[in-house]
Amino acid sequence: MKSAVIVFPGSNREGDMVRALTLAGSDAQKVWHAETDLPKGTDLVVLPGGFSYGDYLRCGAIAGRATVMDAVRAHAARGGLVLGVCNGFQILCEAGLLPGILMRNANLKFICHRQFLRVERNDTAFTKAYVKGQAIDVCVAHGEGNYTADEETLKRLEGEGLVAFRYADAQGHVTQDANRNGSMNSIAGIYSTKLNVLGMMPHPENLVENLVGGTDGRGLFESLVSSFSKAA
Amino acid sequence: MIRNDVAITPELVKEHGLKPDEYERFVNLIGREPTITELGIVSAMWNEHCSYKSSRIHLRGLPTKAPWVIQGPGENAGVIDIGDGLACIFKMESHNHPSFIEPYQGAATGVGGILRDVFTMGARPIAALNFLRFGEPDHPKTPHLVSGVVAGIGGYGNSFGVPTVGGSVGFDKRYNGNILVNAMAVGLARTDEIWYAKATGVGNPIVYLGSKTGRDGIHGATMASAEFDDASEEKRPTVQVGDPFAEKLLLEACLELMKSGAVIAIQDMGAAGLTSSAVEMGAKGNLGIELDLDKVPCREEGMTAYEMMLSESQERMLMVLKPGMEQEAEAIFHKWGLDFAVIGKTTDTLRFVIKHGGEVKADLPIKELGDEAPLYDRPWVESPKLPVIAPDNVKAPMSEAEALLKLVGSPDQCSKRWVWEQYDHLILGNTVQTPGGDAAIVRVEDGPKGLALTTDVTPRYCEADPFEGGKQAVAEAWRNITAVGGLPLAITDNLNFASPERPESMGQFVGCVKGIGEACKALDFPVVSGNVSLYNETNGQGILPTPAIGGVGLLDDVTVHASLAFRREGEAIILIGASQGWLGQSIYLRDVCGREEGAPPPVDLLQEKRNGDFVRQLIRSGQVKTVHDVSDGGIALALAEMAMAGGVGAEITAFPEGLSLHAFLFGEDQARYLIAVDEDVAADILYEAGAIGIPAVTLGLTGGDALILPGQQAISVKQLKAAHEAWLPNYMTGKA
Repeated sequence: MKSAVIVFPGSNREGDMVRALTLAGSDAQKVWHAETDLPKGTDLVVLPGGFSYGDYLRCGAIAGRATVMDAVRAHAARGGLVLGVCNGFQILCEAGLLPGILMRNANLKFICHRQFLRVERNDTAFTKAYVKGQAIDVCVAHGEGNYTADEETLKRLEGEGLVAFRYADAQGHVTQDANRNGSMNSIAGIYSTKLNVLGMMPHPENLVENLVGGTDGRGLFESLVSSFSKAA
Repeated sequence: MIRNDVAITPELVKEHGLKPDEYERFVNLIGREPTITELGIVSAMWNEHCSYKSSRIHLRGLPTKAPWVIQGPGENAGVIDIGDGLACIFKMESHNHPSFIEPYQGAATGVGGILRDVFTMGARPIAALNFLRFGEPDHPKTPHLVSGVVAGIGGYGNSFGVPTVGGSVGFDKRYNGNILVNAMAVGLARTDEIWYAKATGVGNPIVYLGSKTGRDGIHGATMASAEFDDASEEKRPTVQVGDPFAEKLLLEACLELMKSGAVIAIQDMGAAGLTSSAVEMGAKGNLGIELDLDKVPCREEGMTAYEMMLSESQERMLMVLKPGMEQEAEAIFHKWGLDFAVIGKTTDTLRFVIKHGGEVKADLPIKELGDEAPLYDRPWVESPKLPVIAPDNVKAPMSEAEALLKLVGSPDQCSKRWVWEQYDHLILGNTVQTPGGDAAIVRVEDGPKGLALTTDVTPRYCEADPFEGGKQAVAEAWRNITAVGGLPLAITDNLNFASPERPESMGQFVGCVKGIGEACKALDFPVVSGNVSLYNETNGQGILPTPAIGGVGLLDDVTVHASLAFRREGEAIILIGASQGWLGQSIYLRDVCGREEGAPPPVDLLQEKRNGDFVRQLIRSGQVKTVHDVSDGGIALALAEMAMAGGVGAEITAFPEGLSLHAFLFGEDQARYLIAVDEDVAADILYEAGAIGIPAVTLGLTGGDALILPGQQAISVKQLKAAHEAWLPNYMTGKA
């Protein structure tokens, strides 16, 4: 599987993402935001974490309008896979590829901690390696991860099963305590209607090795890689 | 002859922080009255912060060399060889005064400045740490300062993309009017790709890189060299504003430019901005520097030469480029959206010449600006020796269990989770030991090596006995690195003291530096970089002497390390090192008995080395995975921390005869570690220790869900954790 990790000025988890993808067996390369095309044969586009353009307007607002985003939108329209993590999720929302917005955390502070997520469905290209309802241990590191959408959008996301992950405790129970940033319906990640675009605030790419916290994040990358080895 | 538009009056000289004899020295040096720009330049170069005029003479005694030291003090940061062609580049620096006046920006730009010091030398920053001291919790300003400083450190480091992996937070009334914000950065470079400030070659282009120059931070270094008074708030305009986004771009652009081979010398614009960076590059290279300020990218119109030379606008660099490489270099900077301008050239005149609007605004001898800075051997007096407090002279006011519960939830000993959760400590995916351990551990690239990092000092010890306190600061850093399995390699020191013009505080400085030197020599732990911050006092009240030590150690195989958490039930808990129940200056005496008295624990450096080398070898051979050093709060607090970290309790059944229980449990004797191991391994370890004369004794066993001290009511781990985690969040939300 060939993946393109887009680098914007201010991206800072692109290296972590390339490492996780490579570990899972993907051929991952970085792509500069000023490019007009994705590398030939790109299967997966990843918008990594960071503070693109310093988060100076709104998180993701400037990057969402970067040159390369037209190519990313076209890739998504063709049914191509797109993953946005943290700032990447914010960019996907700003670029119109996912609904809703990420607001300031409920406590108005940046928070970095380990966090369990409940896997809401395991029949997508991103989550096949997990069990439905499984609690996976990942990390969060964000100041603006408070998922917010209008009532109608929320209803649609829930009704169509487009919620990918929810903040949960170690047993997979979705609790108010586990939802530290205050996201609506404890939403940590959502899919696009066609399930080919995933945006999530937590960082699966930082939990791929036992030495550094654990391997619960690996499932996501292994799911993606296996989707392609089977298709090919 | 240079035209002089502004008359230099004694008032003007005083406003620039120069003493009359210092000004006279300068006039004699240049043979005429200086221009206002020249006065600004010399005030920037000769202030305490930049010239080390009160401290230099004493710093000479510090050991700075070892076979693994590539670059000691005097450059942007220290450099050590960690093998496999890799170098670790690191330094710690203070931003105390700006952070008191404007906590968010002061702390943020402190982080920015130290990151720049590290990547100026070609290193990619891989970790940040800090050392913070605030006033007493009840002081009305304290919560605001904590909140702002922590947010500022996080705001800068998180955006820049460096994990903040460790640090120290404490409170004391002596910091009420003068907090400490010391930031440390650690970077990684190849040993053959390290860049220095020394300019070479005549006629080479001098290039300005990064953000534009504004009027912010003018006289920041002068402010950092003066004591505070009630009007200090008025100095807010001298605090710079940080832009971590620009810094991130500057990092990437600089590293890319260095790879291109275009760079001869590079120096970041930190304290005293353009002045200090240009003078250092020229003086180190025995060259003159000529700058044309018309070419400097400015944020606002109409800036004078004086303002440009003294601006401390952030995220700027100065470089000497290889001639003919300008276009290539410019393309790289424009790709990253940063300013790039050739603003001058190197000369063979040894003069520092500043031109603006077609006029010469300054023409000064460059070597003398640095080398001829005043050097003071200020009068100092030794701190009076305090009596040793015998354990029997301290009565226990409450049970040991109650005392422990009180201490785990006290401001200094409580969990600092509220702080470090605001720092991204996981980015880069190499954080093996997260905050809360003895030392942080970060993996080096994809391994197998790792670095152990820590910041330490016990200011109350330094106050009570500067020499022993200085020794102890180094020993504790060494011990924390050892406790995770690291081989301590070198330190950076951030020497925070009160006014050098008072013999008592100068004496504290002299004593601490001597102690640091002695410990560094004995432990083979040289000083490779550092920073001196004097005049930390407000209205005549000085801070506690606080020489913060940033230590770096190496793990050859990062997968083989120890942590402080009890791992499983039924392990033997062994105490390594001798205990005599030293309660003088202990946390127990201060926070449980309400007494700040006595001599601090002495540090026997031979024992320190012997015990530490023994523990490290146990970790490295894979025999021991659970280790915690014994420091503030003694054995009792160490046990509680081990139980809380692992969620496993312990029962302590043995303690030495002839020592009261509270003295044994809370004494702060040095050179001690607690380890937990399988019972069958324990016998071997006790035997091995005995054979080489290292005190080692089994105290009890891990297990259960409570900590049981001898003859005491059990304290559940849950209860300990609740007390430990509660204080800081409650305090910050006004509930404590």
